[in-house]
Amino acid sequence: MFKDLFQKKRKYATLPPDRSAANGSPEAQQRPKREIPEGLMNKCSKCGAIQYSKELEKNLKVCPSCGHHMRLNAMERIAMILDEGSFVERDDDVVSIDPLLFPGYAGKLEEQKLKSGLKEAVVTGEGAINGQPVAVAVMSFDFFSGSMGSAVGEKITRIIEHAGEYHLPLIIFSTSGGARMQESILSLMQMAKTSAALGHFSEKGGLFLSVITDPTMGGVSASFAMLGDIIIAEPGAMFGFAGRIVIEQTIRQKLPEDFQTAEFNMQHGQLDMVVHRKEMKTTLGKLIGMHSKKEEL
Amino acid sequence: MAGELAFEQPLVELRKKIDELKQFGQEKGIDFSDEIARLEERHAQLQHEIYTNVTPAQKMHLARHHQRPTTLDLISHVFTDFVELHGDRMFGDDLAIVGGLARLNGTPVTVIGHQRGKDTKDNIARFFGSPHPEGFRKALRLMQQAEKFGRPIVTFIDTKGAYPGNTAEERGQSEAIARNLRDMAMLKVPVICVVIGEGGSGGALGLGVGNRVLMLENAIYAAISPNGAASILWKDASKADQAAEAMKITASDLLEMNVIEDIVPEPKGGAHRDYEATGLAIKDALTRHLDELSVLDAQGLITDRYEKFRKIGQYASERTLPNS
Repeated sequence: MFKDLFQKKRKYATLPPDRSAANGSPEAQQRPKREIPEGLMNKCSKCGAIQYSKELEKNLKVCPSCGHHMRLNAMERIAMILDEGSFVERDDDVVSIDPLLFPGYAGKLEEQKLKSGLKEAVVTGEGAINGQPVAVAVMSFDFFSGSMGSAVGEKITRIIEHAGEYHLPLIIFSTSGGARMQESILSLMQMAKTSAALGHFSEKGGLFLSVITDPTMGGVSASFAMLGDIIIAEPGAMFGFAGRIVIEQTIRQKLPEDFQTAEFNMQHGQLDMVVHRKEMKTTLGKLIGMHSKKEEL
Repeated sequence: MAGELAFEQPLVELRKKIDELKQFGQEKGIDFSDEIARLEERHAQLQHEIYTNVTPAQKMHLARHHQRPTTLDLISHVFTDFVELHGDRMFGDDLAIVGGLARLNGTPVTVIGHQRGKDTKDNIARFFGSPHPEGFRKALRLMQQAEKFGRPIVTFIDTKGAYPGNTAEERGQSEAIARNLRDMAMLKVPVICVVIGEGGSGGALGLGVGNRVLMLENAIYAAISPNGAASILWKDASKADQAAEAMKITASDLLEMNVIEDIVPEPKGGAHRDYEATGLAIKDALTRHLDELSVLDAQGLITDRYEKFRKIGQYASERTLPNS
């Protein structure tokens, strides 16, 4: 056949997977493998750029190449936002139980504690921003996807009530997958509980700054997160009620790339502003300052 | 009767047997009355057994029954003089939520509810009872109108959930639901919510912040549909029945957890067997609860509502014992 004349020789040189081990020279065998210590480097999940973790931390966990705002643990967030040493935690003893004896819930709760180093998906307390006292609630996605069960709802409600009682400005940093399925109806009712508490707080003239971070969905998005007097989001933060996959299944269409991002929501009038992590503390401080007159009167 | 569910099949078969025997007796002129009486007794006994031990999964199927009365069906049996009002004054009129004025025992009230369609065409127009933001905003507009004129508010909850679509997201589904939760909490008039079918997630709660929350006997109410939970838990949405058992979604479960205040009885076999009787039972319950609330003034109603929701939740406090 004509084809046979042009047949490619499928012969390639092969290399053993680990060259240093395979080539027999004693030097090479003795040379220690170059190992990168765990956690020294970090790869951006958005653009793939690799950088030193220390550099990244200095940059507030914002990718220097693409500006992607990486998710933060509640304690990291508190360190970035509040004046050093000003934070006093409240209600850290309030933790989840397994009220419905839901399959697998109790075990999963224990895992989440180990994984995140937190006791719950939200940390609440008092602190100061540029010397101005504030009440804060900071959610953490690394604890059970930031889901809201009874304990999260209770802690948030308590900090709202506390802020109301002591006339403190309230800041809530949200990040959540939504209501915690394992507590079913009790989780759902936390949406009503926290929102009702905010109704009372608002009626007293309390200032609530809601900061939406990546991602904030479902039951948290559709309750306190969207009830701020001023609603701020971090760049690129995903937030919305229904998840992208569910929506694509419903409408049988592909959604645009930027669907439900902070920028998308900004365009659709759902946000007051998108603020870079580097500017967050200054912005919050400035806004609080403009509301502090009332207390002096 | 049409529309029996799988768990009712033994009853259907026994009824068929009785009917056949009756017919056979008539045709041949043989007296089977003893046998028929015995079978009728067996039927009554079986009916009792089946309907007093309805499992959560069976209730889920009853709550989703295609003949189950909708908000508009029940409005005509509970109230008189219903006048439907439309639109959110901002974007449109979401037919997944209906609302308007009506009289309950002669007294004007505002009534609002999720509305499923009666057939495919109706369902498409009503998005299968899943509201867009404009639906929640219409509801809130009507509630604030009720507040202005001092009318009590009754809501009927019956939805699989808020509409999960891009249009809903773009117009602020989260904000619309969140605002309803907060502003319903502050209403100066009595609010009574009745879950009449399926209470699904935030879309249900968006009409659900009342001084009293009641449920029809076979209604269900949950943070996520049993199908959704099953697909997350076991990667298999068809295990909804199993999830329904685990999730504590029935009226009696919710009463036990102090999420609801009362259960409204349904006719034997479910609300779809008798719309009128279901309507009357709801009317009785509404009358009773509104009467109880009539002693509270505006501030009293707001405080009562806050205390109701404030208490919900079960957690542990390391400094004290679990609160439950």
